[in-house]
Amino acid sequence: MRFVDEFRDPAAARSLLAVIEAQSDRLGRAFHFMEVCGGHTHTIYRHGLEHLLPEPIQFVHGPGCPVCVIPMGRVDDAVWLAGQPGVIFTTFGDMMRVPGTQGSLLQAQAAGADVRFVYSPLDALKVARDNPDREVVFFAVGFETTAPSTAVTLVRATALDVRNFSVFCNHVLIEPPLRAILDSEELVLDGFVGPGHVATVVGSRHFDFIPHEYALPIVVTGFEPLDILQAVEMLLAQYQTGRCEVENQYARVVRDIGNPAALALMEEVFEVRESFEWRGLGFIPRSGYAISDAYARFDAERRFAMPSIRVADPPACECGIVLKGLIKPWQCKVFGTACTPETPIGTCMVSPEGACAAYYNFGRLTRQTK
Amino acid sequence: MNTQSEASSRGRDKSESEVLERIEAVRARGPRLRDETVTLAHGAGGKASAALVQAVFIEAFGAPNPLELCDAAVLTLPTDESKGSRGPVQDGSARPRGLVQAASLGPLGLAQESSAASLGPLGPTGLAQEGSAASLGPPEAACGVGAEDSLGAAGPRIALSTDSYVVKPLRFPGGSIGDLAVNGTVNDLAVSGARPLWLSAAFVVEEGLPIALLRGVVADMRAAADRAAVTIVAGDTKVVPKGAADECFISTAGVGVVPPGRNLGAGQVRVGDAVLVSSALGNHGMAVMMARGDLAFEADIRTDSAPVNHLVEALFAAVPDTRWMRDPTRGGLGTVANELASASGLGVMLDEASLPIEPLVRGACDMLGIDPLYVASEGCFVAVVPVEAVAVAVAALRDAGATAATQIGQIVADPPGLVAVRNAFGGVRLVDMLVGDPLPRIC
Repeated sequence: MRFVDEFRDPAAARSLLAVIEAQSDRLGRAFHFMEVCGGHTHTIYRHGLEHLLPEPIQFVHGPGCPVCVIPMGRVDDAVWLAGQPGVIFTTFGDMMRVPGTQGSLLQAQAAGADVRFVYSPLDALKVARDNPDREVVFFAVGFETTAPSTAVTLVRATALDVRNFSVFCNHVLIEPPLRAILDSEELVLDGFVGPGHVATVVGSRHFDFIPHEYALPIVVTGFEPLDILQAVEMLLAQYQTGRCEVENQYARVVRDIGNPAALALMEEVFEVRESFEWRGLGFIPRSGYAISDAYARFDAERRFAMPSIRVADPPACECGIVLKGLIKPWQCKVFGTACTPETPIGTCMVSPEGACAAYYNFGRLTRQTK
Repeated sequence: MNTQSEASSRGRDKSESEVLERIEAVRARGPRLRDETVTLAHGAGGKASAALVQAVFIEAFGAPNPLELCDAAVLTLPTDESKGSRGPVQDGSARPRGLVQAASLGPLGLAQESSAASLGPLGPTGLAQEGSAASLGPPEAACGVGAEDSLGAAGPRIALSTDSYVVKPLRFPGGSIGDLAVNGTVNDLAVSGARPLWLSAAFVVEEGLPIALLRGVVADMRAAADRAAVTIVAGDTKVVPKGAADECFISTAGVGVVPPGRNLGAGQVRVGDAVLVSSALGNHGMAVMMARGDLAFEADIRTDSAPVNHLVEALFAAVPDTRWMRDPTRGGLGTVANELASASGLGVMLDEASLPIEPLVRGACDMLGIDPLYVASEGCFVAVVPVEAVAVAVAALRDAGATAATQIGQIVADPPGLVAVRNAFGGVRLVDMLVGDPLPRIC
């Protein structure tokens, strides 16, 4: 397939791996690189990269899975919204199976709620226009990657004067959780495989704080297996040549200034919350978006008297320290036994981008299985 | 503190392989049904479906081998000598209780409603049992086709299969619910080692359905039956009020005869055997997805819905000791490979580069974030043959018209009971049972 097969070329992969092997030998120590984005986690396990790299090179799975970071209380609110009379609740498929204290959206659907999965917020807006006598709510989740499409949808909804549409906004920002992890001092990292999709919006320059303030290298990276191998090669090369900077491996898509039009749109449609709760990470100041006053009529949180009860993470669940990269998924107490993709306790086991689900579904093989 | 010391400070002294072993032990207990209501996941053909079938249906009906459930039951008819001499069927085998309205089969045209079609001479076997299935006596039920010798003076073997079709929309590029309802049941019989002969068809129709639409669907059934050389001999029609069904649901059951000498089953599979597939994967699932028109893009993908019985016959003729077969319908190759791995206790190692997936199907799957390994085909089967027979098997399938037939993997000892896929640059990943259904109502 054009534009995909090029990035999965076996010969190129083998030569990159040979270079990485040589770099690793020369550097002679272990490296822990955090891949920030759940998309990278998925690619790493989907293509078996973990076991292809030399053993001293370890990936640490970061917090960038949008499904994984949603706390239980927000899921409960979603289930509550879905259960309101006359509501059609629209969501990305991944969110359907995330458990709240009152069950998941999938279970709400089985119990009679009208829950529909969509591929984009514009699809949700179409549902609203096709069902003028129903209240249609879209469950917006995701980092700066997906926030612009929600923003565009609300601009469109304004232009079309759609009155039966609202957004339950759970968009989050990438920088605050990265700072929280870097400030925690629990974890020794040697660099970042930077989030390519987020960077298309915010720009690679957005990550300057990592080398400048924390003295760690970061390579903004694409999502094909070769992209990730090349990022590892670039990170190791920085160590070999004594550099520490933001590099852009994903230059075919990412500009250093990002996408100014998208950023301007987000500025208009969203405002940064004082604080937002993250699954496993707790409340992080200025880390989430709410709908701005200018678009208040599309804000489900203002339109519905939602219970918004904060719920503690399940005690058995160690999603927090998995999201911070402190433990590998298989080191969690309930991993694979009480918590599995079909009966998830934590969000990391739900999304295909969650570290636990990716490891359980793809990576549950020992290095010896070749 | 780095990850290692953090791990040990929390008493995480277990190694990764110990954890993996513990997980496999948990998985070996089989799926548990914890839900209080049926959700769509229970119909998706993955883990939740397996849990529902085990906890509700197998619990009530029993099965000769609950760990290896097949698309069709292969039943050994008693000979005259053995009739009546056998005691009650052993616990766990299939008991056809109260099946008094079975068609007795023959080229007699359609038996309507609950009247039994009385069946003429049953092929070469000379069986002409009039009336109820109960008069067939207690049959030996088997999964796949077991060795006849083990049954002593047993009579001919028949295969019985049933399936329901609820695909939405009723028509999609390259097919309709009608040909699907015939091909699906024909193929379930074929991959059980049987030569399909007769089908029944039951319709649940929502009031308001245009007769012309129904007529078209039924015409497709007739054409598919002709192509597969089977006869639709019994039927039933129910009409329900608007909203009690969605346009039209069809259930078909099929009967076939298993020729002597065929030994299919996960127990026949050996390390080193080759895994083949007869055609490209995933076309049906993606064709139906596209036909719904609720995606933001379109692609010209057609269903592969077709009977495979002639291909199965070609394979048996070329490789009589074919070990195992299954059609990768709902849940796709990933699901049937997992069924094989868990039933045999062996590993299935697939080779990603050799999987026949059309570029349009692959592209659509990539855009939707769906793994094509889990997308249904409806005119395709997966077979395991001895490794020395690979070339003969592939050539026979290609000669019979399955031009994309190819080897896609191998049976391995490690990882036991699991499916893995090796990609073009040597990375290996697991292919687990599907959880949740990305594509509901595709068949």
